[in-house]
Amino acid sequence: MKLTSERVRYVAGLANLNLSDEEVERFRADLSGILEHVEKLNELDTSGVPPMAQVLYPAEDTATLRPDRDRPPLGAQTALANAPQAGAGHFKVPKVIER
Amino acid sequence: MEISALTIEGVREGLRRRAFSATELATEALRFAEAENPKTNAYLRFCPERALEAAGRVDEKIARGEDTGPLGGVPVAVKDVIVTKGLRTTCGSKLLANYIPPYDATAVQRLEAAGGVILGKANCDEFAMGSSNENSAFGPVRNPAALDRVPGGSSGGSAAITAQGTAVVALGSDTGGSVRQPASFCGVVGVTPTYGRVSRYGLVAFASSLDHIGPFGRCVRDAATLLGVIAGRDELDATSAEAPVPDYTAQLDGNVRGLRIGLPREYFNGLASETGDLIQAGVETLKKLGCQVKEISLPATDYAIACYYIICTAEASSNLARYDGVRYTFRSASSGALSDMYRNTRGEGFGAECKRRIMLGTYVLSAGYYDAYYLKAQKVRTLIARDFTNAFAEVDAIVTPVSPFPAFKLGEKLDDPLQMYLSDIYTITGDLAGIPCMSVPCGRTAAGLPVGMQILANHFDEARMFRLADAFERSYR
Repeated sequence: MKLTSERVRYVAGLANLNLSDEEVERFRADLSGILEHVEKLNELDTSGVPPMAQVLYPAEDTATLRPDRDRPPLGAQTALANAPQAGAGHFKVPKVIER
Repeated sequence: MEISALTIEGVREGLRRRAFSATELATEALRFAEAENPKTNAYLRFCPERALEAAGRVDEKIARGEDTGPLGGVPVAVKDVIVTKGLRTTCGSKLLANYIPPYDATAVQRLEAAGGVILGKANCDEFAMGSSNENSAFGPVRNPAALDRVPGGSSGGSAAITAQGTAVVALGSDTGGSVRQPASFCGVVGVTPTYGRVSRYGLVAFASSLDHIGPFGRCVRDAATLLGVIAGRDELDATSAEAPVPDYTAQLDGNVRGLRIGLPREYFNGLASETGDLIQAGVETLKKLGCQVKEISLPATDYAIACYYIICTAEASSNLARYDGVRYTFRSASSGALSDMYRNTRGEGFGAECKRRIMLGTYVLSAGYYDAYYLKAQKVRTLIARDFTNAFAEVDAIVTPVSPFPAFKLGEKLDDPLQMYLSDIYTITGDLAGIPCMSVPCGRTAAGLPVGMQILANHFDEARMFRLADAFERSYR
């Protein structure tokens, strides 16, 4: 699987990653090599095999349900403490609506 | 007090005999760790106030004649992807260089409640992505056994600290081998418990279906003790299991006669070199201990790397989406509109390996590719897990190498990410299946580099895995 630079830029857009031209070229080469290796999976017949999204082991169906009761939340002030910009109890971001 | 060789039992005994107080031990351990750290860069920061407070609590308990807990006074290091309330937690990333968590991870809370004394936070690959600890934004860690070599990764700091003796035990995290491979490279014990055995509440997420918290120790007993403390159901992590936690140290009696051990031929094919010889010698030791050793097959092994690097990058691309310049400390100075702020923050904040994995994960999840890559990998994961289910119908434990080679030189493999990924072959299968596995020291190469032997067991069968590792350790020392 050989990726084009356009494809790499498109994926970087989806991932919200600003990449330099050198990075685009580097990742084009790296990802192409990795995807080529990954093609190997097509050798395996997986028809009728269910996908494994989570590790499963024998347990009661309700084993991981917790009692439904309230707990004190972190609180707005604590939650905002690591924000690069905050004010009036909110996270601040650049303006998104023009008036 | 020979601080670099202390065990949990040694700490307990010293406190009992009043050879030292917990405060004296913490003070001396901090002094020693701060003096030794420049050699390896294994600690990113120390927390003397927190350590002395914890030690003080232990001394008060001793004065009142109360039990000090299973880790009473024991110096511990915590990997910097595990959050500590009020103590900076960076994940080895520039993005979180100033992040101060508002809460403690459950594992941290439990180990402190058990009397553990956290000395500081351990260096690691950025967001736990890497096999060499060279992806840390705060500089690589050096292997205490050979300072020009890597300690392994991603929990390289935790492994190096344990080997260096700058803490007695340490917490790491394992997604594809990040506890076992550095344990092997540094010559200490490293354990990846059953998926769900230890709460991940407060472990910064990398790949949620694969992430584990696991202990390091200089001996099997210490790692088993630490696991016993942090294991068990936690309401704050819905994936944590209800299963009771046995006393993992109760059965460390050296008796493994009749235990059935499987050697998967796929893990030994083409394994030449000193590593192969050392593992073979280890297998001979197990036979002498009375284990019944037989060859088994895990046929899907060949597909594990491809399967793993699709699933882990897909999950990582989703988990790391939250670092967008809004909530977590770092925002690019050159941000304009909101979308530029996201892109610039992430472009400047993430290191190369994180970007590579975010890109691969985004690609395999993107429209038109999901079925071909992600869904296919999830099906192959089922086959890999089934291999182990079938194997454990015949054997009690499986023994393999941890890594195809011992610690390599800093910089040696940085230019070829695929080669770096391929070296994870022996460790990722355990994570994919969610079974417990560990690395136990198995001798050294002629050049003095440690080599670890991997033991894998069935879900929640850590006790038997520890019994085998402990018996092996006794006969090997």
